[in-house]
Amino acid sequence: MSASLDNPSTPDEIVVDVQRRRFLTTATTVVGAAGAAALGVQFLGSMSPSARALAAGAPVEADISVIESGAQLTVEWRGKPVWIVNRTDEMLSTLGENDGLLKDPNCENDVQPAYARNEYRSIEAHKNYIVLVGICTHLGCSPAYVPDMSAGINPALKSGWECACHGSAFDIAGRVSSTSPAATNLIVPPYQYLNDTTVLIGDDGASA
Amino acid sequence: MNINKITMLLGVLLALLLAPVIGQSAGSSVALESHRLNLGEKSLQRGLKYFTNYCMGCHSASYSRYNRVAADLNLSEQQMLDNIIFTRGADGEKSKVGEKMMISMTEEYGKETFGVAPPDLSLTARSRGADWIYTYLKSFYLDETRPMGVNNTVFENVGMPHVLWPLQGWQKKAEHHDDDGHGGGSGFEQVSEGEMSAQEYDQVVTDITNFMVYLSEPAQAKRKSLGIKVMMFLFLFTGLAYLLKKEYWRDVH
Amino acid sequence: MSLMTWIDDRFPLTKMWEEHVSKYYAPKNFNFWYFFGSLALLILVMQIVTGIFLTMHYKPDADLAFASVEYIMRDVPGGWLIRYMHSTGASAFFVVIYLHMFRALIYGSYKGPRELLWIFGMMIYLALMAEGFMGYLLPWGQMSFWGAQVIINLFGAIPFIGEDLSIWIRGDYVVSDATLNRFFALHVIALPFVIAGLVVAHILALHEVGSNNPDGVDIKKNKGADGLPLDGIPFHPYYTVKDLVGVCVFFLFFFGVIFFAPEMGGYFLEHANFVPADPLKTPEHIAPVWYFTPFYTVLRAINNPFGGVLAMFGAIGVLFFLPWIDRNPIKSWRYRSALHKLNIMVFAVVFIILGYLGIKPVSTLYSEIGQRLTLMYFIFFVVLWFYSSPRSQKTAMTTFIISVIVMLVIEFTGFGGLTETRKYALVGMLIPIAFLAFMLFAGNMFPRMGAEKVVPERVTH
Repeated sequence: MSASLDNPSTPDEIVVDVQRRRFLTTATTVVGAAGAAALGVQFLGSMSPSARALAAGAPVEADISVIESGAQLTVEWRGKPVWIVNRTDEMLSTLGENDGLLKDPNCENDVQPAYARNEYRSIEAHKNYIVLVGICTHLGCSPAYVPDMSAGINPALKSGWECACHGSAFDIAGRVSSTSPAATNLIVPPYQYLNDTTVLIGDDGASA
Repeated sequence: MNINKITMLLGVLLALLLAPVIGQSAGSSVALESHRLNLGEKSLQRGLKYFTNYCMGCHSASYSRYNRVAADLNLSEQQMLDNIIFTRGADGEKSKVGEKMMISMTEEYGKETFGVAPPDLSLTARSRGADWIYTYLKSFYLDETRPMGVNNTVFENVGMPHVLWPLQGWQKKAEHHDDDGHGGGSGFEQVSEGEMSAQEYDQVVTDITNFMVYLSEPAQAKRKSLGIKVMMFLFLFTGLAYLLKKEYWRDVH
Repeated sequence: MSLMTWIDDRFPLTKMWEEHVSKYYAPKNFNFWYFFGSLALLILVMQIVTGIFLTMHYKPDADLAFASVEYIMRDVPGGWLIRYMHSTGASAFFVVIYLHMFRALIYGSYKGPRELLWIFGMMIYLALMAEGFMGYLLPWGQMSFWGAQVIINLFGAIPFIGEDLSIWIRGDYVVSDATLNRFFALHVIALPFVIAGLVVAHILALHEVGSNNPDGVDIKKNKGADGLPLDGIPFHPYYTVKDLVGVCVFFLFFFGVIFFAPEMGGYFLEHANFVPADPLKTPEHIAPVWYFTPFYTVLRAINNPFGGVLAMFGAIGVLFFLPWIDRNPIKSWRYRSALHKLNIMVFAVVFIILGYLGIKPVSTLYSEIGQRLTLMYFIFFVVLWFYSSPRSQKTAMTTFIISVIVMLVIEFTGFGGLTETRKYALVGMLIPIAFLAFMLFAGNMFPRMGAEKVVPERVTH
């Protein structure tokens, strides 16, 4: 270092305390990097959902008393369609017959809250009503509700949803058929019943 | 040489120091009373209550969200829904806690009733200053020539009625400048008593002003607390950088 | 290391690093004034980064812009910090640039062979003013709107084409959504590219001719046996660590403002700009942001609108010619005459007062002072030209007479003559004339005032 300087006004030999120099360089670098990182976190954090997005994504209430037996109601939650279907008793009674046609009949994949991890994929007290995020787990299209699938791509499922984009089919519990490109069952969002006719989607009281 | 430099620097510094002091003067012609700013939680909570009760009948705070105010003022969202939110959205439903503090009065209606639409109050504390709000709310006086029967010394011929009159009572402009202990003692005479004493009313105005200062920049508490940490960090880093510089510059003679 | 070799075979990375950083030899006697170049570069980078993040949330639409800024201030996580960094950064940029330019002025850094370096710098300064002006419209507050309205109307003062030109700039009959949208495009894309390109040219030109220093000595004239300048030290590590200290101190001020006085008393963020733009209602008092105000005062000094515009652009334009106005081969004011030091000090004070007057509302006294100081601003260049080279008494007399005639013509045409309202005119007129006379004749009358010192061979400490 001193040699490269070649400064005639300096004495021939400069004693450089290499250790001190290295320590100070490291300390400054580390502290400076920590500061830069802290600032960087602020900047990157500004890209996460804003208060507006959070408010728009707040839980939504739906009145389920208006849904006729066998019909589907679509509500918007976090900009996505959420389906509520008032399934007939007949639909529920035939669910078990589908098991052999499905990729994950027992809901082993974690795409539903614990309280919906049962044969109906719904809260037991209101088992006829299923609540699903209406987005295909394949590539994000919104499948269509087909109460009678006998003319469709997967007639054995009887009723459920078909996705027009890549031909995935789901049964009336939102479980994916083994012939579908989609890998997992339809997602059940967190939800709870505020009373017998009102469901709150997006908030199950466990996690806000 | 060095004297030149020092004079130069002093000149620049002086100009920078003086500038903000001189710059504040624009605005109203009446001397403003100075507001004692206190962004404590209790005062802000009271201010919020007065603001939503008295101001938000006509004024929105449309850049602000109820839940943000709740979080900053340490209120629960339920408290907010039960005690603070009186507004309804365009659909007639009660405003949700995540919504902005809008009002249902339309601009046209406001114009018809008051001459000008009541302005949004989100940023008034930044555009007019805290002292202005504080003095303004204390300076309504009876004036039969005005449509609302009141005028204001700070904002002449203002279209706004004296919304806080049940609290303050009515005052008129004093004929001779005589401090009778009421109405801030700045040239007003009490005509009829309100529910509150002058001191209590001053506290109400102080709370509202505090709240509006908060409302104009909700991040300010965070800004100052984060600022102290950043400054401490920078002092540490400056010290290190200086030592590093000194160490390397031992080479240079 | 092998990676470096791989890269170096394909791209001159090591070569560039050495040329511009580790083996760029800078004079070892840089002082306080030499921090501002690197600080300006730092601020440029910060403005670009904060600007990118603001653009993610801002909406360049007359109906949405104001609210989107408040959205950034309130709803975006940490948005207020980014916004304050950007708004404070704009002012900090000009603080640093003015100090950087003052440095060039006192140490003669604009002189040969650095004329082009100075001109690139001036172009950056112009581009920055355009960038600042257009950026100021974006919050779409009252000051944004009326400031833009006034400045664009300046172009309307140009004879024949003015009216059409200002309509073309606005894209409308008033400042409107169209104006906002195009200013956004220019502020966010076009000008940053121009500025970045000019900064590269500025640095390349600097590294071609080498840095000046407080002594104005050319360090390349004294080289050691190894061919390296005896008074030079490698930029890295010596000036990187030194500039780091400068950056730290700058940050203490910068973040001090951001966290504790982001409005800076209404100078960095003006109070009226917290009211949304209203084309039907002008605020009580409009002032440009502080960094434009010296030239704004010059503009207001002249009664005739077009004359004012010419004077304003003249005041900026004349700076481009500084390397040719100042004929003295001595660079640093350390070795120049007392007259020169006085001239520069007076110029700096005049510039600051002009800036202060530009913030204030018009009053008789202030406008009188503004007019005199406008003349003083230009007199700086006249007397600089005069004393920077040996001149005869006859030249002094001629210069004096011509200047006084020009000043009187401006007095009676540009300033409006000796009317009732201009009650300070007669006294006021004497100030620039007396200053001019002193600067032109003092060199001969008091030889010590005009005496220059011997420039040393090597840099001093």
